[in-house]
Amino acid sequence: MGLQDKLNDLLQQGLKQVEESVNLESINDVRVKMLGKKGPITEVLRGMRDLSAEERPKVGQFANEVRDQLTNAIDEQRAKLENAKLNDQLKKEAIDVTLPGNSVAQGQPHVIQQIIDELVDLFIGMGYVVAEGSEVEEDRYNFEMLNLPKDHPARDMQDTFYVTPEILMRTQTSPMQARTLETHDFSKGPLKMVSPGKVYRRDTDDATHSHQFHQVEGLVIGKHITMADLKGTLEVVAQDLFGDELEVRLRPSYFPFTEPSVEADITCFNCHGKGCAICKYTGWIEVLGAGMTHPNVLKMAGVDPEEYGGFAFGLGPDRFAMLKYGVNDIRDFYQNDVRFLTQFDQKG
Amino acid sequence: MKVSYKWLQEYLDIDVKPKDLAEKLARTSVDINDVYSPSDGLTKLVVGYVTSLKPHPDSDHLAICQVNIGEAEDVQIVCGAPNIAANHNVIVALPGARIGNNIKIKRSKMRGELSEGMICALQEIGFTEKVAPKAYDEGIWFLPEEAKPGESIFPYLGMDDVIIDTDITPNRGDMFSMRGNVNDIAAFYDLKPHFTEKKVVENSDEQTSDLISAAIPNPEIAPTYKLRVIKDVQIADSPLWLQIKLWNAGIRPINNVVDVTNYILIKYGQPLHSFDYNKLPSHDISVRHAHQGEEFVTLDKDTRELIAEDIVVTAGDKPVALAGTMGGLETAISDDTTAVTLESAIFDSILVRKQARRLDLHSESSTRFERGIDPATVETAVDEAAQMIAELAHGTVTTGIVTGSETKPKPVIVKVTLARINHVLGTSLVAQDVTDIFNRLAFVSEFNGDTFTVDVPTRRWDVNIEADLLEEIARIFGYDNIPSTLPAQTNNVGGLDAEQKLIRSSRHVLEGLGLNQAISYSLTTIEKAQQFQITNGGTPMVLDYPMSQDHVATRMNLISGLLIDVAYNVARSQENIALYEQGRTFVPVAADQRPTEEEHIAGVVTGKLLTDTWHDKTEAVDFYQIKGIVEQFLQNMALTGNVTFVANTARKEMHPGRTADIFLDDQIIGYVGEIHPNTAKEYKIPESYVFELNLEPIIANDKIARHYQEISKYPSITRDIAMLVNDYITNQEIVSLIQDKGGAFLTDVTLFDVYQGTHVPEGKKSLAYSLTYQDKNETLVEDKVNQAFDKVTAKLIEEFDITVR
Ligand SMILES: [Zn+2]
Repeated sequence: MGLQDKLNDLLQQGLKQVEESVNLESINDVRVKMLGKKGPITEVLRGMRDLSAEERPKVGQFANEVRDQLTNAIDEQRAKLENAKLNDQLKKEAIDVTLPGNSVAQGQPHVIQQIIDELVDLFIGMGYVVAEGSEVEEDRYNFEMLNLPKDHPARDMQDTFYVTPEILMRTQTSPMQARTLETHDFSKGPLKMVSPGKVYRRDTDDATHSHQFHQVEGLVIGKHITMADLKGTLEVVAQDLFGDELEVRLRPSYFPFTEPSVEADITCFNCHGKGCAICKYTGWIEVLGAGMTHPNVLKMAGVDPEEYGGFAFGLGPDRFAMLKYGVNDIRDFYQNDVRFLTQFDQKG
Repeated sequence: MKVSYKWLQEYLDIDVKPKDLAEKLARTSVDINDVYSPSDGLTKLVVGYVTSLKPHPDSDHLAICQVNIGEAEDVQIVCGAPNIAANHNVIVALPGARIGNNIKIKRSKMRGELSEGMICALQEIGFTEKVAPKAYDEGIWFLPEEAKPGESIFPYLGMDDVIIDTDITPNRGDMFSMRGNVNDIAAFYDLKPHFTEKKVVENSDEQTSDLISAAIPNPEIAPTYKLRVIKDVQIADSPLWLQIKLWNAGIRPINNVVDVTNYILIKYGQPLHSFDYNKLPSHDISVRHAHQGEEFVTLDKDTRELIAEDIVVTAGDKPVALAGTMGGLETAISDDTTAVTLESAIFDSILVRKQARRLDLHSESSTRFERGIDPATVETAVDEAAQMIAELAHGTVTTGIVTGSETKPKPVIVKVTLARINHVLGTSLVAQDVTDIFNRLAFVSEFNGDTFTVDVPTRRWDVNIEADLLEEIARIFGYDNIPSTLPAQTNNVGGLDAEQKLIRSSRHVLEGLGLNQAISYSLTTIEKAQQFQITNGGTPMVLDYPMSQDHVATRMNLISGLLIDVAYNVARSQENIALYEQGRTFVPVAADQRPTEEEHIAGVVTGKLLTDTWHDKTEAVDFYQIKGIVEQFLQNMALTGNVTFVANTARKEMHPGRTADIFLDDQIIGYVGEIHPNTAKEYKIPESYVFELNLEPIIANDKIARHYQEISKYPSITRDIAMLVNDYITNQEIVSLIQDKGGAFLTDVTLFDVYQGTHVPEGKKSLAYSLTYQDKNETLVEDKVNQAFDKVTAKLIEEFDITVR
């Protein structure tokens, strides 16, 4: 039997042993037995010195091939066995992945805060600054500077918590109109501000009334601010909050500090204009009040109404939250039931 | 105002659906409360003619009626109305009919007698008690003789009309009349109104001034005051057409004199008052302020105590009416009235408003005086009323009007340029567009090169300045037609300032730490307002005239509000509550001054921060957990100042052994701890942990510019030290000393064990710290660390008498 045949025999024998190895120990044994320094292949190669010069390289090459083939087979089988062992183990580690995960601590921002932040961010994106006023105001700024002198009938519409005849809980965020107008340096460009905050009315708390609620006031005053700009701005706000497929309609309204005054309605998002209980069967939902700043307001704040003009608007975050989420009772916002607060956890 | 569509059609050739008209009104002039027909929801109501009736054999108040309902045979209906009578047309609800309150009528037997329907009173077909004529309060209504049995009753009662109920803004007082509505609708539909005024025929030669006089010494309270007298009147019910107009407007028909005054009120917006001429205690009429405490019995039989600010109409100085608000009982028109004094006036709007408000007497009249009266129609209105009374009550109108005061309206001329219009509205109108709008409004205007000069009619007293004209142009042009743009971009940069950013971040930090944002009431009780103050700031600002006992004073702390929230949750079986609030507290400065408003942030945790799951059980919150929250919060604020916690045993509302004041350098900025069990009991809440921080010093404190340190490439070395120490020595004292004396390479000190009990002598505790040393620039050698560690150990022994274990 020639060396070549011997090698061939060894190869077949080795491959058979590899195939028959069922665990890592036995495959290791095969490797040591077949390829080790004292193994049969080494033995065969030792016999090469008896071969002729022509045959020697041929047999040498074949011997290497046999060795490589066996090495590969062993590696392959070992990998297979290792894998099987791991899979076995992983199988044992299997758990019920439908069991609930651990609880984690995450607090939620108040839904009204979310609405305010969303509005504020929207306006910041349009170049507005944020000016927060005092919750305890002077009658002068809350009313008089807004074209609401002492006996003005519109004062009846806002029942006021007075502290003294001159000091009150602000009934609106509008005092910041007068205050920012007084201090703004118009040589540095137009005034564009929003003022979010708490306001107070002398009301009995029930499902639709609260003695405390929130407003976001806006004011834009410059040399070239138009009613068309107001309309465009209100559309941006309404559509940002409630969806851009909704139509916005402006209606004439009345506020002492704006003229013309308008109220903006959006198509009822519940019935899309057909009429339902939410929109009181009108198809429209009132979302905000606005108007072109009254010349008296500018004058009283020392701004020349001939040169400067612009618009103001007032937004009601409580109302927005009620509309947006279908909250039926405004008191829910201020009682802070954790089951209520934790629901508003949508991010992004 | 309830505007009748049919009445509008008398003056306008209008042919749009009432719903569409309402939508147009909303978009152009005033808001709409409702659009409805009085017949909405009613069915199978027909005219029936009672051909005969007999008493019910088994009842002393029911009648069995045979009723012609336009069919071959009469039907039998049992009726219980006291005024039921034969040979009258009545309202019949047929079997299957729906009447008021959504009641369905069925064929039935009443005490054994078949009843094929029901004979109805007005109240039973949707008329409110307030509107249904009083004479028929107790009984059924009779339809006119010419009504045809079997026909729908709706046309006979004006119930086929559509009512547009408008919600009028304070400036549009003119819209409280048919005249105002007609003019506005004509303007926005570009129609020519044919509004008709009835002229008076003075059919008595007797001079009014011989019968009555009016003198108004103080014309400010009654700028216009006029009287007419109609004699020989016969009081009766008004014709049905007039009653229909009134009840569709929500006003109850009374008699032919009072109804005329109400008709004129709706038509012109001019309230009139009718006095029984013969019952006036004197015929010298005047208007004056009431005397303080003066008593007066109004039409509704209530005795009113007046104050000096009220205004009264007097006859011979005796009050006969609350001017513009309500007449007096004694001089009211009654069935035996034969002569009528009609008053047409303008009273001071503010005084009428205050009087009506104070006495809770808001009426159709007072509302109109409050919102304004057109001076141009004061006489027109009283003339037309006199003529109608003459026609309907067969009266004679005496010659002349008696005038007590008259303020001629000043002409209102307003100018505006075309450029200004387009500049403010953002439109590109041309002169003709604007002229058309003024023409449609029936404002006389002149255009001269670039300027419109507009003569505003007196009926639009809300239009006085340029801005008012701009509003008129905008709304008639249509807000829908105004373009939508955004203000031109300028080099303004928007954004939050540093304080606003910090406040926003402070909220995000606490949310990240597991607390939910609460917004509580800022107005609370005096007691709660002044609890939990960080520093003793005294008593809170108190409202002059609060609405409820729970909301009287401005809060000086946030914790008390949060505890109210906790109590609310606990009462609803919520055990784990983690809340924070960011908001204002109010620190009084001096009486007559506004308080200082401080931004605070506070938190409360009751129960567990994490809810237990099947897999994971957590500990209830304790002092160290809430303190951890505060520490992380303050860490995030990147303050350059040094934050320390100092035990405070003296806070009344707090657990004396588990409360720490928080200092920023040497300024107190807040505290953290467990609330006192007594406080918890008061609030009806379990063990709770709270903190409150004044954000103002945190905002003011410099922030670490680069809140970052490079991670050293060189290894660190740690040394642990365990020590016995007297138990009154605080962790903070030891850590401070270690940090102070730890040497240049000490980078961290971590407490890893606290132990008291077995194997530790009485009065001592065992503390163990891990000290980490590291050099930023090279590998530390052991020797250096040993040196530093030995030094600090020695210092601890020297300073605190520790025993190293
Ligand atoms: Zn709807």
